[in-house]
Amino acid sequence: MLPLLSSLIFVPVAAMVAVMLTPKGETQRVRLIATAACAVVFLVSAWVFFRYDGVAGGMQFVESISWIPQINVRYYLGVDGISVPMIFITGLLSLLACVASFGIQERVKEYFALYLLLVAGMLGTFVALDLFLFYVFWEIVLVPMYFLIGVWGGPRKEYAAIKFFIYTLAGSLFMLLGILALYFASDPHTFNILELTGGKGFGLLFQKVIFLALFLGFAIKVPIWPFHTWLPDAHVEAPTPISVILAGVLLKMGTYGFLRISYPILPEAARWFGIYLAVLAAIGIVYGGFVALAQTDFKKMVAYSSVSHMGFVILGLAVFSYSGFDGALLQMFNHGTITGGLFLLVGVLYDRAHTRDLNSFGGLGARIPVYAGMLTVFSLASLGLPGLSGFVSEFLCLLGAFPVYRWITILSCAGIILGASYLLYMIQRVLLGPLNPKWKEMEEINGRELFTLIPLLVLIIFLGIFPQTILNLFGPTTHALVDSLGGLAR
Amino acid sequence: MTFAYLIPLFPLAAFLVILFGGKRLGHKSAWVAVAGSASAAILSTWVIVQVIRGATFHHEFTWLVLGQTRFTFGLLVDPLTAMMLFVVTYVGTMIFIYSIGYMHEDPRFSRFFAYLSLFMFSMLGLTIANHYLQLYIFWELVGLCSYLLISFWFEKESAANAGRKAFITTRVGDIGLFIGLMLLFYATGTLQFRDFTHEFVASKGHEAGWILTLSCVLIFAGACGKSAQFPLHVWLPDAMEGPTPVSALIHAATMVAAGVYLIARSFPIFSHFPDAMTVVAVIGTITACMAAFIALTANDIKKVLAYSTISQLGYMMAALGLGGFSAGTFHLMTHAFFKALLFLGAGSVIHGTHSQDIREMGGLFGKMKVTAVTFLVASLAISGVPPLSGFFSKDEILLAAYESGQPVFFYALLVTAFLTAFYMFRLYALTFFGKPRTHLHAHESPAVMTVPLSVLAVFSALIGIPGSPWMHHWFQTFIHGGHAEEIHAVPFVVQCSIGAGLGGIMLALLLYLVFPKVPGFIAAVFKPLYLVSSNKFWMDELYQAAILKPAWALGRLLFRFDQTVVDGVVNQAAVQTVNLSGVKRWIDEKIVDGAVNATGAVTQWASGILRKIQTGLIQNYLLLLVLGFLLAIIVQIL
Repeated sequence: MLPLLSSLIFVPVAAMVAVMLTPKGETQRVRLIATAACAVVFLVSAWVFFRYDGVAGGMQFVESISWIPQINVRYYLGVDGISVPMIFITGLLSLLACVASFGIQERVKEYFALYLLLVAGMLGTFVALDLFLFYVFWEIVLVPMYFLIGVWGGPRKEYAAIKFFIYTLAGSLFMLLGILALYFASDPHTFNILELTGGKGFGLLFQKVIFLALFLGFAIKVPIWPFHTWLPDAHVEAPTPISVILAGVLLKMGTYGFLRISYPILPEAARWFGIYLAVLAAIGIVYGGFVALAQTDFKKMVAYSSVSHMGFVILGLAVFSYSGFDGALLQMFNHGTITGGLFLLVGVLYDRAHTRDLNSFGGLGARIPVYAGMLTVFSLASLGLPGLSGFVSEFLCLLGAFPVYRWITILSCAGIILGASYLLYMIQRVLLGPLNPKWKEMEEINGRELFTLIPLLVLIIFLGIFPQTILNLFGPTTHALVDSLGGLAR
Repeated sequence: MTFAYLIPLFPLAAFLVILFGGKRLGHKSAWVAVAGSASAAILSTWVIVQVIRGATFHHEFTWLVLGQTRFTFGLLVDPLTAMMLFVVTYVGTMIFIYSIGYMHEDPRFSRFFAYLSLFMFSMLGLTIANHYLQLYIFWELVGLCSYLLISFWFEKESAANAGRKAFITTRVGDIGLFIGLMLLFYATGTLQFRDFTHEFVASKGHEAGWILTLSCVLIFAGACGKSAQFPLHVWLPDAMEGPTPVSALIHAATMVAAGVYLIARSFPIFSHFPDAMTVVAVIGTITACMAAFIALTANDIKKVLAYSTISQLGYMMAALGLGGFSAGTFHLMTHAFFKALLFLGAGSVIHGTHSQDIREMGGLFGKMKVTAVTFLVASLAISGVPPLSGFFSKDEILLAAYESGQPVFFYALLVTAFLTAFYMFRLYALTFFGKPRTHLHAHESPAVMTVPLSVLAVFSALIGIPGSPWMHHWFQTFIHGGHAEEIHAVPFVVQCSIGAGLGGIMLALLLYLVFPKVPGFIAAVFKPLYLVSSNKFWMDELYQAAILKPAWALGRLLFRFDQTVVDGVVNQAAVQTVNLSGVKRWIDEKIVDGAVNATGAVTQWASGILRKIQTGLIQNYLLLLVLGFLLAIIVQIL
């Protein structure tokens, strides 16, 4: 059998080497190599996505080789229903963001080399089944991200990049301690996630401490309120494609960590912390919504809306029910398509206007109707309009949470009204009203930009109408996880 | 019979065709839209005939499975749905045709018809849904279409504001509906309309009575948003910023009636919980009175009609709340026709005069004959003049109120009926009678507009007959699924109803035609009341001050909190780490390094001393050697 999952990691790495060996100035060839590599990655991820047997569930496409036998570290890869959607969205967004990166003009070679390393790291994180390996990939992601923001970013890029790097690194340090503690507490010592799962008989206190350590690592990444303040800075400064990756993939690494590591390995602690997660989720939803309302920077508004929307994921994760977990995983996927699309659209506007100040636009709906239509549909998806994918996942999260945390769920519903408020207010300031004469020459969205948006649009509409297609894929896995956790409710 | 699915798909196809081919189609896109709507109407007619013959269609497929829970969507066509299909497709098609004339010169002509078709699809989807969640999905979609069409002329700041206000205000209600549906789901385990039989609800009511009551109230909150009931009615008057055909179709005849439809659809549940019914009746009655009172002083022709719509929707709600299921649904149907006609007539007036202020009009009767006559039919119908349609349905509602045993509802609704007749004929007198007050160059609208007016006028006049005693209350029997309903006409109620209608008309004509100075005088005498009416009970100002401003302020406050406190902690942590490393550096430099350096310095110092004796002179060394030796001997001896 072909080592498909390894190819997801090593194709971008090989492409990175190829890019670095390309003579200086050959930007066209660099772009070609990078895009070809991302296309291969996307095709492989799509193959895995469509060939994964959702009914059978469990780990598939497994690869396992001993790596550092002295401490029992294995190069152990595999995917289940939880990782498959993440791999698919990562593959897709990697390709689209790669195409969106053609606008980058400075140091193209270095940019794409780092970008490909980033892609390899992200995919590695989602396929690793060994904690040591997982940690390696987790940290690999940080480095290119740091440079991509710090070199190709906006005016305050140094501050944003270093804040992102240090903050996340601080979190992952705790995570490392947690991983090491798990290793030494297990008998025989192992980093194997599947072996650590479930009946390892860790005491509740031990579980709680480790859960907290891992929580810090994951919570900063998600980000869960109040660990979110690196996000607006990083988003505002990052170049458009990097924002897309950041929102679409990096944030999901945090929630993925809960599903892959914290919950299966520390089930009792997970249940014990459920209520606190729900509280933080509700705060994030409402708080993010209110703060998004107050933004004048387009990108910052979308960034804070991410805080709000990721809150729904956490809310779904806090309830240990089928609909909660399904909703959370679906929301992770949908947030990738929807917010990724919104960041692309912000980028389209920024490339033309060189400003993101919402108050400086106005009336663009008359000037650039196709762009206006796109922005409207993505915003509607973001505000949870039924018929589009965001609705289904938010609905499932709320439906799952409602019987368990009634008041917290009702409070979270306020986030839906807030979502409508800040998104429609944004649409009004950008698209409606009289046309600002400054933009009377603004160009319509071009073919390349549409190419990056249309796949996302198709997914948003398709999953809004036929959500069962993707639920069939991961449902058995999430339901098995819920069953193993015991659950709090039906 | 599953091809009833096709009913909403025709307009959807029209929407897609216009969306992608609108540029090429140009003005032909209107005919695509009309074709979609007309096809839906034809198919609906066929379905309705089947339903009248006693058939009920139900079909479903699975949308979402979560373990044991299934959400199955599908199709339900029963008499209530059939009635809605009739209203939506017939009124809709007339308005589509009318729009061709009205929107003729608009630069976004084909976009308009695309949106209208999308609305038609959503509204039909709403009416044939067989599941609350499915209904909710289309419920939100019609809200979206409403938003798009209210802010259709988005270059106008006021239109953009109005669209946003409509969407967000109704969404407040929708959240209530959403939570209500979750409560309902967890209390009963289903959201399928057909599951809520009387026996089922009764047994569940024993287990979770108050939860279901609460659920009903929350569902009603959703209906309040959509059907512009107090206190969520504030968006509808602003929605008049949209093109007039939109006001007629969405904000008078169909979408705003969706709230009433929802309550009618939920009637098997509501009727088991008297507290919830009381809430519906009270809110409906308040809305009916309040809006009619505001309509008395409005001067914008569309605003008068908007408040009138709110008031009439309140009427329907009150009927349902008082147990008058057939009365409420009957009025929904008649109102759809005459109110659509009123709006289209107003549109014709606006089209002909380019003004919306009735104070600037007057004497239009001679210049716009078709418009004036059809408008008159509709005005008489809404005022409840027999034998026009509004009379029969309104009479039913008053009868229901009378028989509810709580006279307050009856008299409140009776006063509303009087006010309705009054403001309608105030409007009519100021617009069509008398002499022109300004130099408006009025002209009659083209046939593409006046023909729909005439058709709707015929419907407005006659559509009440099926519910009248002359046809033995056929409609009421039909809507109840064939069970004949006992209706005993109470002469007192009929007299009151006719009296209120005619009295209102007379008084209005008297005040505005015979003694035109008197209204100003009355306004001056009852100044506080006049101000309450003309300022619409200050509801907008209240919301602005009590909700919107605080919400914005909270947003800004939390943003500052985020930057200074939450992020401040992060930055402080960084700064403190840097400071800490400064301290460590000091320790390193002064103490750790100091110790090392001190070792060196002491060695140097000591070596300096020692160097003194290292003179390089051999005699000194010999001297030291001898002295040392002596010292050793002395030590030995001692």
